[in-house]
Amino acid sequence: MRAAGATATFDAAVIGGGLVGGAIAWGLARAGAATALIDEGDVAFRAARGNFGLVWVQSKGDNRPEYAHWTRRSAELWPGLAASLADETGVDVGLAQPGGLHFCLSEAEMEARGALINRMHNQSGGIGARLLSRAEVQDMVPGLGPEVRGASYSPADGHASPLYLLRALHAGLIGRGGRYLPGRTVERIEPAPGSFTIVCGAERFVSAKLVIAAGLGSRRLAPMAGLDMPVDPLRGQIMVTERMQRFLDMPTVFIRQTAEGSVMVGDSHEDVGFDNGTTPAVLQDIARRSVATFPALADKQIVRAWGALRVMTPDGFPIYEQSARFPGAFAATCHSGVTLAGAHALALAPAIAAGALPPALDSFASDRFHVSAD
Amino acid sequence: MFQRIDPGAAPGLRLDFEGRTISAEAGDTVAAALLAAGVGWFRETPVGNRARGPYCMMGVCFDCLVEIDGVPNRQACMVTVADGMRVRRQHGARDSA
Amino acid sequence: MSAWDAIVIGAGPAGLAAASVLAERGANALLIDEQPAPGGQIYRGIEQLAATRPGLLAVLGPDYAHGADLVQRFRASGAAYLPGSTVWQVTPEREVWLSGAGRSARHDAKAILLATGAMERPVPVPGWTLPGVMTAGAVQILLKSSGLRADAPLVLAGSGPLLYLLAQQCLAAGARLSAILDTTSAANERAALAHLPAAVVGGGLPYLRKGLQLRKAIAKGGVKWVRHVTKLRIEGTDAATAITFESKGRTERLPAALVALHEGVIPAQQMTRALGLDHSWDAVAQCFRPAVDAWGNSAIPGILVAGDSAGIGGARAAEHAGRLAGLEILRHLGRIDGAARDRLAASDRRGLAAHLAVRPFLDRLYAPPPDILRPADEVTICRCEEITAGAVRAVVAQGCQGPNQAKSFLRCGMGPCQGRLCGPTVTSVIAGALARPEAEVGYFRIRPPLKPVTLGELADMDAVE
Repeated sequence: MRAAGATATFDAAVIGGGLVGGAIAWGLARAGAATALIDEGDVAFRAARGNFGLVWVQSKGDNRPEYAHWTRRSAELWPGLAASLADETGVDVGLAQPGGLHFCLSEAEMEARGALINRMHNQSGGIGARLLSRAEVQDMVPGLGPEVRGASYSPADGHASPLYLLRALHAGLIGRGGRYLPGRTVERIEPAPGSFTIVCGAERFVSAKLVIAAGLGSRRLAPMAGLDMPVDPLRGQIMVTERMQRFLDMPTVFIRQTAEGSVMVGDSHEDVGFDNGTTPAVLQDIARRSVATFPALADKQIVRAWGALRVMTPDGFPIYEQSARFPGAFAATCHSGVTLAGAHALALAPAIAAGALPPALDSFASDRFHVSAD
Repeated sequence: MFQRIDPGAAPGLRLDFEGRTISAEAGDTVAAALLAAGVGWFRETPVGNRARGPYCMMGVCFDCLVEIDGVPNRQACMVTVADGMRVRRQHGARDSA
Repeated sequence: MSAWDAIVIGAGPAGLAAASVLAERGANALLIDEQPAPGGQIYRGIEQLAATRPGLLAVLGPDYAHGADLVQRFRASGAAYLPGSTVWQVTPEREVWLSGAGRSARHDAKAILLATGAMERPVPVPGWTLPGVMTAGAVQILLKSSGLRADAPLVLAGSGPLLYLLAQQCLAAGARLSAILDTTSAANERAALAHLPAAVVGGGLPYLRKGLQLRKAIAKGGVKWVRHVTKLRIEGTDAATAITFESKGRTERLPAALVALHEGVIPAQQMTRALGLDHSWDAVAQCFRPAVDAWGNSAIPGILVAGDSAGIGGARAAEHAGRLAGLEILRHLGRIDGAARDRLAASDRRGLAAHLAVRPFLDRLYAPPPDILRPADEVTICRCEEITAGAVRAVVAQGCQGPNQAKSFLRCGMGPCQGRLCGPTVTSVIAGALARPEAEVGYFRIRPPLKPVTLGELADMDAVE
């Protein structure tokens, strides 16, 4: 029961129980902080529940080496995260990192991917990514359609179950003595020297540190803590098939087979505001690309479809920042909540616990959005 | 388990179920024909490998899934029998080919 | 892509009545239905039965035979008809996407009537997933559509008019009905009495008389009829072999190769939910129903709901409601004005009220037992993904606030039935675990495709803008 005027105090409070907030909260608890994770109710935009599930490295950080490095680090930290969560909660988040493919269905796509690989190699160093010919891809993945010209491949790529990850992060937080506080709406944040009061109706939560990781809700909350998180929704539509016998071990950017055997296909990038529905036109595009890639998918039944609202910053890269005006308040948002879960839990959270973000994350501060164009 | 009240009321048909010929009548769904032939279970579930038979007979429960003429995961209660249909049990998740 | 004045989805009594009145009065109307022949479930197979097994009409009873009139009127009306077609999306902009004969197509309409009817309330008792366990409706469908009767010991378990009707039909058909295990509680019997006067006065006497006739026929048939049964449990390893239960403080076991379960019917809510309509919780009938006005109008202009999918009223009520919705659509289309609509609707309005008069009494009498709505931990509640009630309670204990979070954590509702069979139970279990009303807990978010559709069909379909 929530008594009127009740107050609870924490070392750290994370607003937002999705993949970003969940990973940070678990990481904070692991770092010894008495942590609260404040979350909405059952019906929420929840990018976490719409996620495709890739732990994706290739193509992350084109012209942005800091992001490439952060992503790579996360992929390296991921096995440790998965193992810890399995140990602590018994939930297997289904991590597999067998490498990943980005199929090219035209020569133009092949050229573009090849150029991207070279560019990123030059900017950020090599990760073993390379362009594969059709014959080389066919060796890896049988059943390709005739339109597949080749693919870009990276041995560092993988996938996991975003839903089981979220479940494990919540369970792990609770298992480490953290408090999961769902069904709350944060009305306002009241900063004071050395502490933050989070007001949710009749409840007040007081915390020495605050992390705003509220996805699309961050825009409203950030200024209250001296932060700026200009995030907007970008819809991606996804479909899932009936379960089938395993045929695809390697994740690919638009098609992956889950641990249960169902096949997820996506995606799109639509600027449609807060509409998380699906449209036959986009589903048709996804279906056509899927069937062109693997013709055997044509007779497979779609059982579910949804529109997920990505949390997008103006340049698509994360925002990580400690408030200059109210030290102890941190911003954390990105659109790759699964890929970056390793880094969020095992690198970002400890840094937040220690009170300072590492220099590697300097370029992810929000002042980059205020540089005037020349 | 089930017998015809009025055998022969509708024209007779023949189906192949798992290699044996069973009789059906025009207008039967595949599920009804299988039940009439004494077939109690139609599939094993993909999750727990458990035997299932039809439950709702109206397309809601998806428990009556069988392979019909090579197409897996078809709801037997929603398919009308045709002479010569080949029906097989659905063993777990369907093939991916 | 085709454009219509009105599309009616569902060829049960509500849909047939609506499509008939629409086409008779000159609207360009299309009736779409999944089944190969009209009648929905209640009048399933009526045309074929009349042609091939007319003797069965006596077994099934006069109420079923009435369906023939409805279907004949529909056939004569001139409405277009797409049987064997499965609607997988309806948009608020009144686009209907359907799949038939391996192809998907889109149809647009100025008005859409959802008349998708009811489904049996899931009856999650231990062992309910075993082969040989079916709904009462399923056993009835086998009788109607294929002239099949049980020749292995059949036990009927549960409560509600359909159960007793089936019992009588089984006896008339010579089926091996071995027992009726009646879960109607003494408390409900007492509470229902308060609604009896209104039921009688309002026009429900024929239903009450029919109920008594059924009971007499069953008693005459000498079937073992056990009252006030609780703790149903079906036994067997790979198939049902027995059913145990408690009555009068004692546990009994009956051999049973076939078990027909029934605890009433509830509105089929996938389509109304996918459209985003508000649903309210009916505390007596223990089910959700969509928000519609007296004509069936939903909050979305041009989209109406009629029949059991708007709230359980039975076949005759559905027929009247269907005609009312059809008349309202004619007004919406500008073919008749409001005064004409009201005039033409008068007798259906009266008929609807009369057929609904008995509902409060029936709903109270046959309200489902608490352990059906909130089964014990060990009971599988999601048949597709094999998730137990206990698993749902465990995630609630860890902070899960509702069915959508439970679904994402456990996969309940993610199987091929798309949450149809587990949705009601997941909501009730969470409501019980959180001590919150069902209305507050909510329901699965339902999204298209409303039935599975292949990637190939999606890739090939026409008229996608």
